[in-house]
Amino acid sequence: MDIIVTLIVFAPLLAAAIAGLSGRRIGDIASQAITTGALILACGLSWYTFSQWTWGHMEAFTVNLLPFIHVGDFVSNWAIRIDALSCVMLIVVTTVSMLVHVYSWGYMAEDPDKPRFFAYLSLFTFAMLALVTAADFMQLFFGWEGVGLASYLLIGFWYKKPSASAAAIKAFVVNRVGDFGFALGIMTVFWAFGSVQFAEIFPQMAQGATRTWAFAGYTFPLVDIACFLLFIGAMGKSAQFFLHTWLPDAMEGPTPVSALIHAATMVTAGVYMLCLLSPMFEYAPVAKNIVTVIGAITALFAATVGLTQNDIKRVIAYSTCSQLGYMFFAVGIGAYQAAMFHLFTHAFFKALLFLGAGSVIHGMHHEQDMRNYGGLAKYMKWTFATMMVGTIAITGLGIPNLHLGFAGFYSKDTIIEAAFAGGQHNGFSMFAFYIGLLVAGLTAFYSWRLAFFTFNGHARWGNEAHGHDAHGHDDHAAQDDHGHGHDHKPHESPWVMLVPLIALSIGAVFAGFFFVEYFVGHHQEEFWRGAIFNAPTNHVLHEAHEVPEWVKWSPLVVSVLGLLGAAYVYLLKEGLGAKLAARNGPLYVFFYNKWFFDELYQATFVRLAKFLGDLFWKGGDQKIIDGLGPDGVSAVSYEIGRRTGKLQTGYVYHYAFVMLLGVASLLLFALIKFR
Amino acid sequence: MTGLLSLTTFAPMIGVAVLLAVRAIQGDGPKTDGLARWIALATTLVTFALSIVLVLQFDANNPGFQFVEDVAWFAGLHYRMGVDGISVLFVLLTAFLLPICVIASWKSIDKRVVEYFIAFLVLETLVIGVFCALDLVLFYLFFEGGLVPMFLIIGIWGGKRRVYAAYKFFLYTLLGSVLMLAAILSMIGIAGTSSIPDLMVFKFAPWLQTWLWLAFFASFAVKMPMWPVHTWLPDAHVEAPTAGSVILAGILLKMGGYGFMRFSLPMFPNASEMFQPLVFAMSAIAVVYTSLIAFRQTDIKKLIAYSSVAHMGFVTMGIFSGNTVGEQGALYQMISHGVISGALFLCVGVVYDRMHTREIAFYGGLTQRMPWYAAVFLLFTMGNVGLPGTSGFVGEILTMTGVYQASTWTALVAATGVILSAVYALTLYRRVMFGEITNPELMTITDLDKRELLIFVPLIIATLVLGIYPNLVFNLTASSVDGLVGAWRAAVGG
Repeated sequence: MDIIVTLIVFAPLLAAAIAGLSGRRIGDIASQAITTGALILACGLSWYTFSQWTWGHMEAFTVNLLPFIHVGDFVSNWAIRIDALSCVMLIVVTTVSMLVHVYSWGYMAEDPDKPRFFAYLSLFTFAMLALVTAADFMQLFFGWEGVGLASYLLIGFWYKKPSASAAAIKAFVVNRVGDFGFALGIMTVFWAFGSVQFAEIFPQMAQGATRTWAFAGYTFPLVDIACFLLFIGAMGKSAQFFLHTWLPDAMEGPTPVSALIHAATMVTAGVYMLCLLSPMFEYAPVAKNIVTVIGAITALFAATVGLTQNDIKRVIAYSTCSQLGYMFFAVGIGAYQAAMFHLFTHAFFKALLFLGAGSVIHGMHHEQDMRNYGGLAKYMKWTFATMMVGTIAITGLGIPNLHLGFAGFYSKDTIIEAAFAGGQHNGFSMFAFYIGLLVAGLTAFYSWRLAFFTFNGHARWGNEAHGHDAHGHDDHAAQDDHGHGHDHKPHESPWVMLVPLIALSIGAVFAGFFFVEYFVGHHQEEFWRGAIFNAPTNHVLHEAHEVPEWVKWSPLVVSVLGLLGAAYVYLLKEGLGAKLAARNGPLYVFFYNKWFFDELYQATFVRLAKFLGDLFWKGGDQKIIDGLGPDGVSAVSYEIGRRTGKLQTGYVYHYAFVMLLGVASLLLFALIKFR
Repeated sequence: MTGLLSLTTFAPMIGVAVLLAVRAIQGDGPKTDGLARWIALATTLVTFALSIVLVLQFDANNPGFQFVEDVAWFAGLHYRMGVDGISVLFVLLTAFLLPICVIASWKSIDKRVVEYFIAFLVLETLVIGVFCALDLVLFYLFFEGGLVPMFLIIGIWGGKRRVYAAYKFFLYTLLGSVLMLAAILSMIGIAGTSSIPDLMVFKFAPWLQTWLWLAFFASFAVKMPMWPVHTWLPDAHVEAPTAGSVILAGILLKMGGYGFMRFSLPMFPNASEMFQPLVFAMSAIAVVYTSLIAFRQTDIKKLIAYSSVAHMGFVTMGIFSGNTVGEQGALYQMISHGVISGALFLCVGVVYDRMHTREIAFYGGLTQRMPWYAAVFLLFTMGNVGLPGTSGFVGEILTMTGVYQASTWTALVAATGVILSAVYALTLYRRVMFGEITNPELMTITDLDKRELLIFVPLIIATLVLGIYPNLVFNLTASSVDGLVGAWRAAVGG
């Protein structure tokens, strides 16, 4: 098994190196084939590993590859950790990545920089795999920032577009804000528990729970502080409230990237980390409550913004943000298994939605504004059908008592029910329950709005009226001069793009039904085998199965309400949505402008940094330090020099001479001294 | 193997002799210039090979000084040389960077070529001497002597405002040198010896330590440079020729950090403990203050120079953290910064050689014409940002972790540098590399040629190898650093 898991992790790296360094020499097709081939291999081996874990008799193990940093107690190794959590992530990452690689053959067909694109995709996959298989905080951080780098490169892939490179920087910097907390969290853990290795830290938690830490005159529970700081890292990576602003902008990247990185894998790294650290979080009640609240607020916030956006990718981006909120509050209430389950199912249906959107964009000649769509169902039958599957999956349609439904039904309902169960003894959980329920309705509304707006109703793309104004274009047009005329009709995408859609549809339909018992059901304990820790007092997952009947039915009811609302506004009374938007009500403006976060940050942090930078530079360095220091001395010595002679001649050689004189006098002194 | 250290140190002087001889025979002219380049390259490569032999022969388990040479010089002075796990690294770094500097100057230097390479070779000897000297007087000779060639390199082969820059450089260092000289004289007077190993165990009275510490601090703080005595650095860098910047950032700045580790900590432990808050405050301010300034720069070189000051802030705080993690981190940060900032200055040199301007606004969209350059510059930008997998990360995370224990506040402030470095470094990269080419002069700019690739390859390898397998260095330094920290702890009773 050692060789197999090593291959899984390093095959994508090797492929990335080949495609990246010699892509020009070996050509596009070879680069694409090598990277895709590596991913097919990694994917196959990952499923084998996963099956060995789930149905075979494989136990958790760690392959130690190489020492990383060994300084005193600070011991970190390059390693591959295999347990239930990493097995789940392995199949999620490699499966979606493999399908995205395949899909990109079609989607990026016209792009002149294909080797670079595929190299980045594979590089990302490697970093993500290093992240999920880390056995200590250092490698986790390596993968964490590595995926950040890949994300930066891929968002800015069309580097000639100013909006793309701006979005790339924003993503990196906002993630760095999170990493600031993450790094401090790691340091706290190290000084508190004397190690950065998970296997050495986790067993200490039960005793550590009572330890406190004094800082700035206050005393904090140590584990809470550590968990809170680490959570800040997760907030950045997973685009949680306050640190979410980069994710919508990240849609500047090519759509396959959005599907892989900004929906299915990288953004879920925060959730994964928190689940991995469940042995710590279980002893950090305050931090858990914070996670619950931030998660719930994110779910609500992103859903409200998603209601109003017109760019198809942005709607899905906010939807991702909102679903991540679900996962986080699931962690906060202690239902880690449910969070991982939602991560798992979400990967399929959200990648499906993104790739479907990409197919639409492709078929619509790089138009992304849904106001210029409409009636596309008959032009793109496969895309339409698979998008329907994705939409049903995300809205979580299913029949509670029969336990039958699409993927999202199982995972989302488990989270909502667990929140209710947890709410019996924790107010924050109850808060999350109500928010979660409300958001389920909003999710249904915006998801069906997207579907109806795009595929049904009247075609709004025939006329030339549609503007090339502010809305973003996921276009190659800026890159190559292969300009599509707008007289073309929408067309269905090639098979190489449709096959991944169909594959993901299968996942979106069956992933829940098939795996529910393993992730959160009767077999959950034997499935996870200790990879997720629940404190002895934490029975939330068990209680989730015994909530009252109305709680079980309520998500379905609100979802159907959302569906009906969307159908009313966008099907029955087509055009009502535009009218509502045109009214510019305060709530609409607030939502449409994303709660004005970008403006707020621009007015505060960005301006402050610029102001301080200029102040320190021109005021501090030039006026004060130089003015009083060298320039002042120069002025004075110039005065003296002018009066006393030509000591201050301004020639370099003279200074050098003076310096030598100093050295010579030292020698002289030493000579006398030692004689 | 006795004599190896002196051989390594003075090997460049043999090259100087050859250069002088060649010029005496051939006279000035393009032929001599061409030969001078090859002679300089050969000399630096031989020195590098010697330094590798040195490291291979070095016994990593021995915390004390090795390859010690002690020759009574004249009039009671001693020629004492030796290296431990700390200094041997700097010798290697110096010898590693010098051939790169020579190749980088291959085409861009066309006036006074012989003198130029003589200056560099003399500089190499003096700098290696600084790290090997085990005698205070000898150390001072190397330390101050090294300034002269650097000073000339800026003053003669520099840019338009070279005189101002050289003057500023001089003024700052003069202040430090005078104070350090006074301190050295009194130390010799009190202890009756100028032997560094002896002085490291000599116990100066606490009040005396305070004054001596301050005097040395004045000199080393300027060298680092620490806030607020850093303003000479941006000017010096901007005016220096590319290779001069590489040496300045890569090696000369490290003399300050080395000085703190060799003198301040072991010789004045109590004072070091007393002034720890001062150093922490200055370092933390340096990180935030200079990072913000870097963000606003319009000159590429100035931006990188300010970012150097910020990175040196991590070094100083790590050195005074008083624990192994911080100390190793600081040492590592110095080595890593030597490689990465050197490489960044070379990256600036690449476009400067082509366009003769360092204005950020002049550039934009270079990726389109220079894909290899884009990749190389990106790698070092990421190293500068401290991305894990590059050497920059290891130093940063370890210094912060070390400081975190000594002063959580300092670590907290310094950690914002993690955010700020991403802001300025990526903004620079974006403005130079991304976007459409709008400046018509850039339409014909060419990608890296073979010579330039040759310069970058060793630096790329160093950045990645040090980033992925830093134990290579820690294995070498562990026992010496443990000794240093142990002695310090014992002295301050911690």
